[in-house]
Amino acid sequence: MSDHEYTPSSKFGKWFNDRLPLLTLANHLTDYPTPKNLNYWWTFGGILTFCLITQIVTGLVLAMHYIAHADMAFSSVEHIMRDVNYGWLLRYVHANGASMFFLAVYIHIFRSLFYGSYKSPREIIWILGIIIYLLMMAAAFMGYVLPWGQMSFWGATVITNLFSAIPLVGESITTWLWGGYSVDNPTLTRFFTLHYLIPFLILGLVVLHIWALHVPGNNNPVGIDIKKPSKDTVPFHPYIVIKDAFALLMFCIVFALFVFYQPNILGHADNYIEADPLVTPAHIVPEWYLLPFYAILRSVPDKLMGVVAMLSAILILAALPWLDTSKVRSAVFRPLFRQFYWILVADVLILGYVGAMPAEGLYLLIARVATAYYFAHFLIILPVLGWKEKTTPLPLSITEPVLGGSPNFAAARSDEKIEKTIK
Amino acid sequence: MRELKNIFFAIIFSAILLNSSYSAEKSPPFLETKWTFKGLFGKFDRASLQRGYQVYTEVCASCHSMKYLTYRNLAEKGGPEFSEAEAKAIAASFEVTDGPDSTGEMFVRPAKLSDKFVMPYANEQEAKAANGGAYPPDMSVLVKARKGGADYIYSLLLGYSEPPEGVELDDGVYYNKYMYGNKIKMPAPLSDDLIEYTDGTKATAEQMSKDVTNFLMWSAEPHLEQRHKTGFRVIAYLIILTVLVYFTMKKIWSRVEPKI
Repeated sequence: MSDHEYTPSSKFGKWFNDRLPLLTLANHLTDYPTPKNLNYWWTFGGILTFCLITQIVTGLVLAMHYIAHADMAFSSVEHIMRDVNYGWLLRYVHANGASMFFLAVYIHIFRSLFYGSYKSPREIIWILGIIIYLLMMAAAFMGYVLPWGQMSFWGATVITNLFSAIPLVGESITTWLWGGYSVDNPTLTRFFTLHYLIPFLILGLVVLHIWALHVPGNNNPVGIDIKKPSKDTVPFHPYIVIKDAFALLMFCIVFALFVFYQPNILGHADNYIEADPLVTPAHIVPEWYLLPFYAILRSVPDKLMGVVAMLSAILILAALPWLDTSKVRSAVFRPLFRQFYWILVADVLILGYVGAMPAEGLYLLIARVATAYYFAHFLIILPVLGWKEKTTPLPLSITEPVLGGSPNFAAARSDEKIEKTIK
Repeated sequence: MRELKNIFFAIIFSAILLNSSYSAEKSPPFLETKWTFKGLFGKFDRASLQRGYQVYTEVCASCHSMKYLTYRNLAEKGGPEFSEAEAKAIAASFEVTDGPDSTGEMFVRPAKLSDKFVMPYANEQEAKAANGGAYPPDMSVLVKARKGGADYIYSLLLGYSEPPEGVELDDGVYYNKYMYGNKIKMPAPLSDDLIEYTDGTKATAEQMSKDVTNFLMWSAEPHLEQRHKTGFRVIAYLIILTVLVYFTMKKIWSRVEPKI
């Protein structure tokens, strides 16, 4: 935390702060020195906090009207949509909020990948982030089951069945998860309980995530270590607060467009059909944000290996700080890495696309190639790049390239030229 | 770098094209009609909703339930907006079983505004038995439960034809080019002048299909008008606030940095 001691000005403030240093904390948060060259990709941390709070608040009210019972869940959701005051708004904000949450988290993750924010000394922040992401997926999956539509039921069946791939104990684990011999009422009630619990676990982890961030301070587009506080930093308030607020409002406009004008476009029509264990939908697909992993799962012919591949695809990210051997953080100074970065982005989008398509013919082939490339990126390309790549020279401080108008070394260089000519 | 970006977009673009051609193979494009409920200020056509209710109750309701609708909904704002007296009269024309009364007996009474729409069958089994094994789906949220929504329902209602050569149909199965797999157990439900509209509109098959689809859209999304109205205000508010915050941000940052 900040080095200087904070003393409240009022007598009561001092008395209180000696017993519980909340004012010191508040002072730390407002004064927190932040690199002044953070671009808009850095505003998604604040946006994600907003998403989490939105989900918790709307979810809390929805839970007051929802009934977690196989016979009543679907009609209780219709009750919310029809008869609860602004129930339609609450539910559409909550359902689309999940999608917006994932949209923001993917941007947040890919920002980290581009600027090397996962590298030393920020490994713990990164790993906490991966755990949050995993919990988000669990919460989203269980939340999707609650309306008890066809996709809820069959999605739950497909995903819980994955556990049966575990040798020897798989079947028993699946039965234990279900609370019976198929997805049924006991499954629904436990999913509801866990769906209510997980957001608060995430909230706790978010506090740790931010705490861990405030130890080394923010990474920045140039990716170099900076002195704090210095000419390179600005206090969090008001500079970063106002910028985050601006970005958040832009985000909210997109959010509102979905909620008010296309509230069902990200969902699946089949989920407005009540769950029927006797009728299997033609295509069982998860929500869009899980599609890349679904594609990886289906690209492996063996069930157990498919599950292993899917889990590894996420867990491999936790090892990223050690797989990426390059000392340079920001992709701005890594010309080769930058190209592979965009190929990875394309690869993940392709995986998401084929994940939505039937697993056959050309789609299956593409999924397999894209899966292989995904792992190759982390296991082969990144470690090798660190040794082989020639990085461009790093600037000494942020102020140097920032004066050029963009955090780009070329711009910084041209500044040097200008300075020389002036001399 | 630029080349790479081009490849990147080429892949995405071709993927989208591939997808549209893929789905185009499966079913013909939907019939086009103008829906008043679409767009930024989309609202329901009140008269069409009222006619749509008439089509539902005189044609569809003999097989399809609408279990999430209540008779009071017919008089509510943003819906067909029958007057309360009209909605009461509509409700009273149906009979519901209530009870038990003080002697422990169940009794039949006319429906009230607070009653749910009366169901055509006592249970799913009875519905199936009466319809050759096919269960006529509940229509409360049907529009949202089908890919293509209102366009799909409208097209399906008008999509009946003789099967093309080589397609064999069992007894009680009909050919519909918009149905998944082209086989449907519901016979063509609407034909010209099947009913007589109380408002004098000519009851062509197209008119009835459009009216009933409007009605089903409303039943699936009863707060659509309020949603559009609120949405416009919310977004207008957000845009104004965003502009104000933008200039505030510019002002604050000008202390350290002319550009952000």
